[in-house]
Amino acid sequence: MAAVAAALGRLGRRWSGLGRCGPRGLSRPHLATASGPRRSLSASQEFTSLDEKPKFPGASAEFVDSLNFIQPNVISGIPIYRVMDRQGQIMNTSEDPKLPKDMVLKFYQKMTLLNTMDRILYESQRQGRISFYMTNYGEEGTHIGSAAALNATDLVFGQYREAGVLMYRGYPLELFMGQCYANAKDEGKGRQMPVHYGSNIHHFVTISSPLATQIPQAVGAAYSFKMAQGDRAVICYFGEGAASEGDAHAGFNFSATLECPIIFFCRNNGYAISTPTHEQYRGDGIAARGPGYGIMSIRVDGNDVFAVYNATKEARRRAVAENQPFLIEAMTYRIGHHSTSDDSSAYRSVDEVNYWDKKDHPISRLRHYMVSKGWWDEEQEKAWRKQSRKRVMEAFEEAERCLKPKLENMFTDVYEDMPPQLKKQQESLGRHLKMYGEHYPIDLFDK
Amino acid sequence: MATLSRLLVRGGGLRRGLGPGPWGAAAAAAAPVTNTATRSAAHFTFVSDPVPTQYGPTQKMNLFQSITSGLDNVLAKDPSAVVFGEDVAFGGVFRCTVGLRDKYGKERVFNTPLCEQGIVGFGIGVAVTGATAIAEIQFADYIFPAFDQIVNEAAKYRFRSGNLFECGGLTIRAPWGCVGHGSLYHSQSPEAFFSHIPGIKVVIPRSPVQAKGLLLSCIEDKNPCIFFEPKILYRAAVEQVPVEAYHIPLSQAEVLQEGSDVTLVAWGTQVHVMREVATMAQEKLGVSCEVIDLKTILPWDIETVCKSVVKTGRLLISHEAPVTGGFSAEISSTVQEECFLNLEAPINRVCGYDTPFPHVFEPFYIPDKWKCFDAIRKMINY
Repeated sequence: MAAVAAALGRLGRRWSGLGRCGPRGLSRPHLATASGPRRSLSASQEFTSLDEKPKFPGASAEFVDSLNFIQPNVISGIPIYRVMDRQGQIMNTSEDPKLPKDMVLKFYQKMTLLNTMDRILYESQRQGRISFYMTNYGEEGTHIGSAAALNATDLVFGQYREAGVLMYRGYPLELFMGQCYANAKDEGKGRQMPVHYGSNIHHFVTISSPLATQIPQAVGAAYSFKMAQGDRAVICYFGEGAASEGDAHAGFNFSATLECPIIFFCRNNGYAISTPTHEQYRGDGIAARGPGYGIMSIRVDGNDVFAVYNATKEARRRAVAENQPFLIEAMTYRIGHHSTSDDSSAYRSVDEVNYWDKKDHPISRLRHYMVSKGWWDEEQEKAWRKQSRKRVMEAFEEAERCLKPKLENMFTDVYEDMPPQLKKQQESLGRHLKMYGEHYPIDLFDK
Repeated sequence: MATLSRLLVRGGGLRRGLGPGPWGAAAAAAAPVTNTATRSAAHFTFVSDPVPTQYGPTQKMNLFQSITSGLDNVLAKDPSAVVFGEDVAFGGVFRCTVGLRDKYGKERVFNTPLCEQGIVGFGIGVAVTGATAIAEIQFADYIFPAFDQIVNEAAKYRFRSGNLFECGGLTIRAPWGCVGHGSLYHSQSPEAFFSHIPGIKVVIPRSPVQAKGLLLSCIEDKNPCIFFEPKILYRAAVEQVPVEAYHIPLSQAEVLQEGSDVTLVAWGTQVHVMREVATMAQEKLGVSCEVIDLKTILPWDIETVCKSVVKTGRLLISHEAPVTGGFSAEISSTVQEECFLNLEAPINRVCGYDTPFPHVFEPFYIPDKWKCFDAIRKMINY
């Protein structure tokens, strides 16, 4: 039994959650025997010894003489780190990041500007003016808090719900709109569906629809940064549904064995489209998987922008200094529908949604904090709402007036240079349009 | 993922690897693989080209050594280049990376966990930062777990981002083709699956000289490339290969033998089968064959093939992969469109059958010289 305790105790050092579900009365002295060199031992291990210590190369562990399965602890999971309560009060002053007023105002303005843009583009899709949209309702705090804790040149890999990170980095409203409208100002040249943003000058790798593919890619980029020794980190965002993909397993494991300076940032908002988390996994969320890969892990309150900021800041510092991955699981609630192609009332109650919208929202929590500091009041709120709405509407109207990109953009960038057979296909379309142009919406496109 | 069978063949690779001829030493004897009493010879005879003199001093190398030589040149010249995959650190199960880790360090030549989707995703990420990523998939048969990363990601990176991001620095190498006894999962020729993916390049060499020159072009090319290495040639093909770096252009087929009656198109090992078939046709039928090595599957050299067919009026395409949906269908259709007035007989395809690649039946499965010869005979008499 003592050996079981030692084994569990060792696990417990990395993840106290598992320790709690093991036998009681962990024998502390045994922990000492577990420390010291580990993996390096196997290479020089002597096989002549007659003692009963395990010699398996695959794990560093003691023998036990009684049968005990390790039980997952899902009832009392990894705790959720928070800095302020729902009224915006700092709970533990030693955890207060004490951010200056202008930075906190920037947090608030970026979160609310994103919210305003969401409302207008959501409506725009409802009216058929853009083909698709995904809002960020309820996730504003995770985007802004994490983006603020990064260096501006840290490379971001994400999905289609991280617009706030771009917003924080100063991506212009004009380009958000240009992408959603696929107009001539879209740097992506009108090729992808709406909300598939990307910006090289903001170090935000272009979004793609296939889930989780960005996870092992982000690890490769982090490895490259390590090789270049340039003090850059990579952050990779994904939802708890995407974490079920094989690519998530690939990325987590590679990041640990190849010692990459990366932050995995999982947004656990309770649903993957209509699938609730109890149909997604049976462990303790995503954070509990981290230690299984040898990854330092934490769970934070995603509605608490300071908790997100603190966790990301420390993870970034250590990831770069130590060349090892960190996993942050931010607990949130997806207040909006999955996308404009989805009606979430088909699978969850209005009461549930209302709770998070009215009682526990990242924006209102930060506003409480600012009001209590005397940094914000009703009048400023009103003025800012009006001003941000005006800015979004201006960008919106301009985007709508803009022509679509030139038709040649359908053929370029498939390869760096256009192969002759593709050039022929482009010419063939040109000839076709000369004869049948009246049947195509040519006028909407830039010449 | 087929762990047992893979281990068995890995063991086989290792055993052979312990024989003479590690990288830098004299090349191993070019004996064809002879594995069972029922098979006394390989299905092809390797024919080397004249020694290339234009690229400086040469050294005798087999195909795996020419790959190592190419990787060595790249790692020496490009400080951002990394080589990774399953078991590449100790030299690889086919010895293609022997000595590179010791020479360039364990951060540049390293093992990954056993996960193909991870290997390609990781390689894309390295390439996105502008570095050179050379990923190995241990057998082409095991590239399918990475299909999503190749099709949906690598191939579309530049296009979908409007050229803001790209992964042109990525090259994926994988042993390819039949080997006499490889059965379902150590024999496959998956190039046709990849030929349907705008945005990648797919390249297959026929010899050590070709392998090094084409591999270096793939690595320097600004597009993600898949480089299939005919593993039956790793040891069987030996010739003089330039020691320094040189490049053989992509998307350019090569006319290996000029002829006037029939055009024969193939790639990889099958080029050697076609060369022998051309000799047989000349000797037995008095038919003059033009032999073309396509080399690049995507984007392929339509011009060279069509020019030849305009001259000969007949076309035979042959590949080991199954006939239905094989790349020969693409060539055939294109040539039919471009050379309709010149064709004097239906285009013929001699390929693998539409079955999984079998173990003991391999001699009956492959499109060998007799099957190709018979096709020419019928085509001439059409």
